[in-house]
Amino acid sequence: MNPTNHSQNSGVAPGIPHLAIDPFSYDFFDDPYPAHQEMREAGPVVYLDQWNVYGVARYAEVYAVFNDPQTFCSSRGVGLSDFAKEKPWRPPSLILEADPPAHTRTRAVLSKVLSPAVMKRLRDGFMVAAEAKIDELLARGSFDAIPHLAEAYPLSVFPDALGLQAAGREHLIPYASLVFNAFGPPNELRQQAIERSAPHQAYVTAQCQRDNLTPGGFGACIHAFSDTGEITPAEAPLLVRSLLSAGLDTTVYGIGAAVYCLARFPDQWARLRDDPSLARNAFEEAVRFESPVQTFFRTTTVDVELGGVVIPEGEKVLMFLGAANRDPRRWEQPDSYDITRKVSGHVGFGSGIHMCVGQLVARLEGEAVLTALARKVGAITMSGEPTRRYNNTLRGLESLPVTFTPA
Amino acid sequence: MTTITFIHHDNRSQSVEAADGDSLMLAALTHGVDGITAECGGNAVCATCHVYVDEAWTAKLDPVSDDEDALLDGTAAERLPNSRLSCQIKVQPALAGLVVRIPDKQS
Repeated sequence: MNPTNHSQNSGVAPGIPHLAIDPFSYDFFDDPYPAHQEMREAGPVVYLDQWNVYGVARYAEVYAVFNDPQTFCSSRGVGLSDFAKEKPWRPPSLILEADPPAHTRTRAVLSKVLSPAVMKRLRDGFMVAAEAKIDELLARGSFDAIPHLAEAYPLSVFPDALGLQAAGREHLIPYASLVFNAFGPPNELRQQAIERSAPHQAYVTAQCQRDNLTPGGFGACIHAFSDTGEITPAEAPLLVRSLLSAGLDTTVYGIGAAVYCLARFPDQWARLRDDPSLARNAFEEAVRFESPVQTFFRTTTVDVELGGVVIPEGEKVLMFLGAANRDPRRWEQPDSYDITRKVSGHVGFGSGIHMCVGQLVARLEGEAVLTALARKVGAITMSGEPTRRYNNTLRGLESLPVTFTPA
Repeated sequence: MTTITFIHHDNRSQSVEAADGDSLMLAALTHGVDGITAECGGNAVCATCHVYVDEAWTAKLDPVSDDEDALLDGTAAERLPNSRLSCQIKVQPALAGLVVRIPDKQS
């Protein structure tokens, strides 16, 4: 043992922690929280040997990566696949998988189509539809809250708001499930999803065409921007595709998360019943607590120092949104679902220039469902064991048997 | 630090020492000023950090951008000529003494 060497080594910063965690495995999906904690505690940046990617699970680093899109780019794909090395499974998104300046133009169009002013016009209709849905479920009594509420409610409002034809809507959820599985590594979930993708892709490609979209809907509004030159006629269908990919399944998981929270935490359900105006925040807190979108990747465009380590150019960095949303460095009692929490700043919808452009639609749907629940339902009782739905990116349930009792 | 005064809907006044460089929205959240929801966390998406700027101050702020203008059309409380999104106002010494009113609702 050479004492000189020993003293030199002790002054060297410890290397990046290498972890054996596979965040795309069924075991991980069943209970991600111990692994989230292990990653957060291991260091600000970790390396996941299973897929040869860097990972960030603390709030500060996830926020930093989201908010430096020049260094941590999206145009090389926001899944594991690096578009600089591998052909994408579908033509890349013009907004999600794009960087400024190209992204700036397309983002501006979708921002206008899904603006707060547009939400004001949709609000009453979404509220009425939620009340009708809850009345129907109260009459039914016992049912599975995933297909009959979390899926059924968005399906009753979103495709119409988008302006889709009635036929073929059964492709929507399988298509979105495919998109979010495809961000993952080449595991069973991804491979099977892509193998079975052809009919869903054909449906979506057709529905994105202008002739298939009802006047006045989000889709037709996107196409109208090609008349005024903000986008080209060739770009419009791909931007409509973004709403079909990201606009429905995410809200299914979000509403499912909120109902699951309210069924599990009776004290929070009681607070919501006492004050239905908390509905919107109760939904937002469910998005933080469950983080329906669990992960996204970025790719480094240069060598970059992050959290005291240098990540070389061309590396994939995996952001753990769900872990950041429960980081005790950022949140008090992070593992508690608290519908009065000041939840601003959570990264469940992302952050920065790529932050979910449809977040206002999601919140409107969530608020509508939770308001109707708070006003009409007295008790939500779980009447069977919930089961999990596995997806490489999305966290949620396959089945949530419940009984509603009237207020 | 720059002193900013928020006036709540019930006319209660709350002054905070805001960090220069922060947005007015972040200053409100940091100091526990209720009534600024900021659902999108300052990414100019949601219009839930709406404030009415005291008339004496409106001309001293940077003008409203096109993006902010479009978002202000969607505020839950009535849009007035002095409506602004607090995430778009940067705290700086020149704003010492700024007074803003918080609307009765943000969503």
